[in-house]
Amino acid sequence: MKCDRPPTVLQCYFDSELDALGAAEFERHLEQCSACISALEALESLRSSLNIAQLYEKAAAPFRKEVLARIRPARPVVIFSARAPRRWLAVAAAVLLIAYTGWRVIQVRRGVNYETVLAAEIVDAHLRSLQPGHLTDVVSADQHTVKPWFDGKLDFSPPVRDFTDQGFPLQGGRIDVIHGRSVAALVYARRKHFVNVFIWPTDEKDAALRSGSQQGYQWIDWRKGRTEFCAVSDAAPSALEQLQKLFTE
Amino acid sequence: MLDSQDQVRFETLVLPHFDAAFNLARWLLRSGADAEDVSQEAILRAYRFFNGFHGGDVRAWLLQIVRNTCFTWLEKNRRVKDVTEFDEEFHVPPGPTPESLAIAADSRARLTDALESLPPRYREVIVLRELEGCSYKEIATITSIPIGTVMSRVSRARRQLQLALTDPSHNEATHEV
Repeated sequence: MKCDRPPTVLQCYFDSELDALGAAEFERHLEQCSACISALEALESLRSSLNIAQLYEKAAAPFRKEVLARIRPARPVVIFSARAPRRWLAVAAAVLLIAYTGWRVIQVRRGVNYETVLAAEIVDAHLRSLQPGHLTDVVSADQHTVKPWFDGKLDFSPPVRDFTDQGFPLQGGRIDVIHGRSVAALVYARRKHFVNVFIWPTDEKDAALRSGSQQGYQWIDWRKGRTEFCAVSDAAPSALEQLQKLFTE
Repeated sequence: MLDSQDQVRFETLVLPHFDAAFNLARWLLRSGADAEDVSQEAILRAYRFFNGFHGGDVRAWLLQIVRNTCFTWLEKNRRVKDVTEFDEEFHVPPGPTPESLAIAADSRARLTDALESLPPRYREVIVLRELEGCSYKEIATITSIPIGTVMSRVSRARRQLQLALTDPSHNEATHEV
């Protein structure tokens, strides 16, 4: 059985693109047109097949990061001059002095660079986490639920504590990537703000607080007991320092 | 480079549609690697021209740039003409039964093959309508075609997808390149 209506009417009905009047009129037509009913069923079947197949392809995290790096203001990069050592050879007497000076400069610049890159990565990760559905993989205010969740997902066991009584209720946790390695991310609420605390093991010695701000977000970083902690939020810097004290107590 | 205010606007308005940009490019180019190259180019272009965006539907604005960048890429990189236009009006055919469709379509691979077998201009309306959930009006904006053409193109694209799913030989016949 054929129907002499243009097929686009059926499509528009199926896609909810008809106005109320048109839709009502088409529904009356459907009551007596088996051709349109079976065509409509075929469309519904096609749509549900497409939904079930989950064809939507999301961008991979490293790719997203690469693009973000290109649209965010340039960050300083340490550039080593390839020709410099040859010049040092020409001035034999100065070799040791210059080499030492160069080494000192690089050490200092490495420090600066580490912080800049860290801050950029941390703020990126924080912004990413604020996208809908990205904040927590395990949602719980119970440290005894959050901590075991990390088991088997990381090569270390992060210290997980709830600070509800101190004004930082634990919201949950997730795995994130900083410096190309998987890290634990704990999420705390601070009034209407979220704080991400990233935790990963380090070989470096304990280090005092370093802090800064980038794109309006505050971050602080510290190392304790071969573990590096980095907290980031749009809450006040004093709030982050308070949280840091709670962690180190 | 945008000033800091526009930078924040770009990041809050445009970047949430990053996946949408990649997904559209992935299906238009049928390759994840090419999609990364081309969606990156499109997003950087969007960034450069962000001053020219004066409000409105930001997803449609971004996807328009993505799809134009994709088609430019396809024209440059394809040996065989990728675009098949159909002018004849055709009617809702008796068509495959829902049962046969369900059986044929329960695997992701088969649906991927079927969708990739469509000409790009049909594939894009399916991706925009079914995966991205765009309205006809949004599709018209993104593809720069009149809304009436969107309607008939969606209709034909679905018909062809149904055929590709129920009749694998049809798949072969229309598979470009």
